[in-house]
Amino acid sequence: MSLKNNENLRDEVLRMSGVNPRKCMRCGKCSATCPSYDEMEYHPHQFVYMVETGDIGPLMNSQSLYKCLSCFACVDRCPREVEPAKLVEALRLAAERRQGGDHMTPGMITELWNEDLPQQAVVSAMRKYKK
Amino acid sequence: MKLSYFPGCTLKNKAQDLDTYARKSALALGIKLEEIEEWQCCGGVFTTSNDEIATKLSSVRALADAKEKGQALVSVCSACHNVIKQTNHAMQNDREFADKVNRYLSPDIQYDGSTKVYHYLEMLRDIVGFDELAKKVVNPLSGKKIGAYYGCLLLRPVKAMEMDDPENPEIMEDFIRAIGGEPVIYPYRNECCGGYIALEDPELAKKKSNMVTDSAARAGADCIVTACPLCKYNLVKNGSDVPVIYFTELLAEALGVKED
Repeated sequence: MSLKNNENLRDEVLRMSGVNPRKCMRCGKCSATCPSYDEMEYHPHQFVYMVETGDIGPLMNSQSLYKCLSCFACVDRCPREVEPAKLVEALRLAAERRQGGDHMTPGMITELWNEDLPQQAVVSAMRKYKK
Repeated sequence: MKLSYFPGCTLKNKAQDLDTYARKSALALGIKLEEIEEWQCCGGVFTTSNDEIATKLSSVRALADAKEKGQALVSVCSACHNVIKQTNHAMQNDREFADKVNRYLSPDIQYDGSTKVYHYLEMLRDIVGFDELAKKVVNPLSGKKIGAYYGCLLLRPVKAMEMDDPENPEIMEDFIRAIGGEPVIYPYRNECCGGYIALEDPELAKKKSNMVTDSAARAGADCIVTACPLCKYNLVKNGSDVPVIYFTELLAEALGVKED
């Protein structure tokens, strides 16, 4: 991805999320409280820093985008109101909006489904993993 | 008293108990929950991106419907409540978003964010009152040690949800006291069960859910109560040693309307 594209994408992600990464004081509380921390290649505080510095390519291609549980712990526990989950969501949407970018398709549900699973799990996954 | 009611997709299927006991108990408390006609699924999770408009329209339609009837809007499912409340918050505070939404709606419907949104627990606290609820209890759950599981969706983000202190919530414990139970406070009551990751990464959901149920068991809970079908699924599916029950079931039991 060229530098120009990255700058455009960075602006787009900041606009979509409404996040200002410059407010971050690097305390790491977002990552400390993240329930998916162990599963992530890039952690919430790295999302904030890498978007600030324009290093977006690795984030767009990382499985970390799909490990966020939307629990809003990092949003409420950030002392500077940076709200990292909104940045993760914007990057994930940007990745999924690319042609062929869906992370999950309805056809995959039949394999992942079991009879106890509440409908809520399926609609939530379709909303998070598919555009 | 009549209130608009948004049940949601899961309460019509896997979580019918959550719905049935909610309606019965409300009636016993003098409240008729009027189901919104032709409601549409909330989508399960709120999308935080500013440019996501269409994904929030089902919530706006429900909110506008309640406004037209001059009623407050109640839901029981934590997820539906979270999506509807966050959408309403955006309609109140984000003029650009509200303007775009209103251009999607039919010209005679303009929605301004003015509907009052209650989770069922808030309805019990703020409309019925926990003291009044306690007076209507016929089968107090005496001596039952109950761990409230809040999870994420009832409490966060606090800016929009405004239900309780997200780190030291009390509403479910106050509810438990009102129906005669003994609340058990445990450390993981407001941490995530794994949510929808259950579909793609069941191992992660197991890890998160076990942290919650082990924490409740260590604190001495006889059972755990929840308002969320997906939390219940994750906690039960991953082998909780402690029974996990919808809070509305205990409410119906306490009010003596469970078997009606």
